Amino acid sequence: MSRSQTRSYDAAQGKRRRIVETPEGIALPFTVGARSARAGALIIDYLIIFIVIISFTLMLGWIFGGVLKSGGGAGNIAGAGEFLLVIYILVLFLARYGYFLTFEMGPRGATPGKRLVGLRVAARDGGHLTPEAVLARNLLRDVEILLPLVFVFSAPSGDNGAAGWAAAAWFLVFMLFACFNRDAMRAGDLIAGTWVVEAPRTKLAPTLSTGAAAREGVSDVTGARYRFGSKELAVYGEYELQTLERVLREGSQEAIEAVAKTICDKIGWTVGGGDEKAFLESFYSQLRARLEGNLRFGKRKADKHS
Amino acid sequence: MKAPVLGRFFGQAKVETLPDIAAAALRSDRFRLEREGDWKRLESILVKMERGRLRTLPDDDILALPALYRIAASSLAVARETSLDKATLSFLESLVQRAWFQVYGPRRGLIGWLRGFLGGGLSQSVQQIWLDICIALAAMVAGTITGWLLVRGDQEWYYSLVPSQFADTRVPGASREVLLQSLAVDKDAQGLGAFATYLFSNNAGVAIMAFALGFAFGVPSVLLLVQNMAILGAMWWLYSNAGLSWEFAGWLGVHGTTELFAILLAGAAGIHVGRSMAFPGKRSIMSATAISGRRAAQVMAGVVMMLVVAAILEAFPRQLLGMQDRLMIGGSMLALWLTYFFALRPPKASAISGDIR
Repeated sequence: MSRSQTRSYDAAQGKRRRIVETPEGIALPFTVGARSARAGALIIDYLIIFIVIISFTLMLGWIFGGVLKSGGGAGNIAGAGEFLLVIYILVLFLARYGYFLTFEMGPRGATPGKRLVGLRVAARDGGHLTPEAVLARNLLRDVEILLPLVFVFSAPSGDNGAAGWAAAAWFLVFMLFACFNRDAMRAGDLIAGTWVVEAPRTKLAPTLSTGAAAREGVSDVTGARYRFGSKELAVYGEYELQTLERVLREGSQEAIEAVAKTICDKIGWTVGGGDEKAFLESFYSQLRARLEGNLRFGKRKADKHS
Repeated sequence: MKAPVLGRFFGQAKVETLPDIAAAALRSDRFRLEREGDWKRLESILVKMERGRLRTLPDDDILALPALYRIAASSLAVARETSLDKATLSFLESLVQRAWFQVYGPRRGLIGWLRGFLGGGLSQSVQQIWLDICIALAAMVAGTITGWLLVRGDQEWYYSLVPSQFADTRVPGASREVLLQSLAVDKDAQGLGAFATYLFSNNAGVAIMAFALGFAFGVPSVLLLVQNMAILGAMWWLYSNAGLSWEFAGWLGVHGTTELFAILLAGAAGIHVGRSMAFPGKRSIMSATAISGRRAAQVMAGVVMMLVVAAILEAFPRQLLGMQDRLMIGGSMLALWLTYFFALRPPKASAISGDIR
């Protein structure tokens, strides 16, 4: 069951894979960000903006309260109040338009919300992400988010009749634009020539073939020697190899025992209790040695069925 | 002697020792262990660059970056053909991606961009959308004339055209004195700063909207221009009917030449995007839209800048200066913008078209 789940996940991810050729001629795969992840990032960003504005309002209110208390002439108080109002309006404007611009122009090309869900903005043509492009994609946010929400919430009140409904439907097209194309581009992305891609930060896991069990097939625990014949290694392909890799790297004892039992049943072996890990490590490295050897001669075996 | 405790926090993280290369049983793992040092070095450089700490990066690292990027890229190409280690492959893919973003990342900072923008990029973009500026100008003129004619024909139109916030004392039938009063000079600068800021924030929002609506093939941008200028036409009729044409022109012109120019450009930028979506010419719709969108975005940055100027003019000189000065400031601002946008020929080093192939 877990297997069919991974399969469908891989398939969904495969649909979002795009190849961009770098100037060096290397085909670099990108994964277009999932729409759900982008919606999540947007919500996080707006939450941040909202919190900043609220706390800023409170702070200004507190300062103004202090001004009132300290007394001074009416002219002084009005002057200070005006100054605070100017700052307040400017900060509101900057929060609304500056937040996305500053962060997306930075070296990470992502707002905090996008970073949290592992996304970033990139230029679609493989060139670099210019300030103009960031500007263009963010100028459209009003039409994509603000106006549709206004019309969608005002249409049911019936004040504008059929015209209100028509406008709401029309603006919903803008809002849901990303759902109508396969690269999940917003209207702003289309205008700016950008897209939002996944930006995974993978740590390099240690090598698996340096342990004693993997190298010589000798178990540290029992001293048993595992050598698999070509018939036994022929049952599995790359997909099973990489599943096995995941099991070994995660290192959960239960999974290791279950997988070891499945493999033993399949190839007709029995393995002593407590030594499943060494068994799997040697099986993994011998299977990988065989598959990689074939790979060098251009023979690939995708999974056990092929 | 033991190292000081603080060293743990500020010192470099200890380099983990790699397993002996010869100890690896698999050829693909030996390949990986031989190159792992380079990959890790590239990764640590990238982490610093992504944090924006370019200055703390030693020169050696910056010089090594392109070479390390190529090493990682060719490692990826080889690993794809020889290794089945998923961990290595996905690490390399993400590493090369991240390096690619930094190597081909933005080369100019905000200041550098601003210099290119003000020193020619903006006026070049404005010149490139001249046709759309003509369309927007025609829409605005048509809107003004329509507003004027409608109200002259039937004064009821005034109430449906002009939003109620403008139609306080300024309604048809108001006496000349009342109307003149509404154009009068304030004696005091109190509160005008906040007024200016509010005007800016409001107008910039409207201008950005006018641009963004251009996405629907430019039609809503044109409609918005016509509708807004109809208000102006209606009010103009009102004042000229009372024989106050010049006074109204001065009241409006002191900031209006800047503000209306900015709105003209915003509408034109919207029309530009819409037009290149509808008529992409020989290019694909996607690339035509992207090119015109980036160009229009530059114009929009200029529009926001102009609106700052307009708001300051509207709040201070308009409220404090007399007729003559208002007209003079309005006229010279218009001349200034026209010279900046159209008379100066920027050096051919293009700010925009060089970035897009």
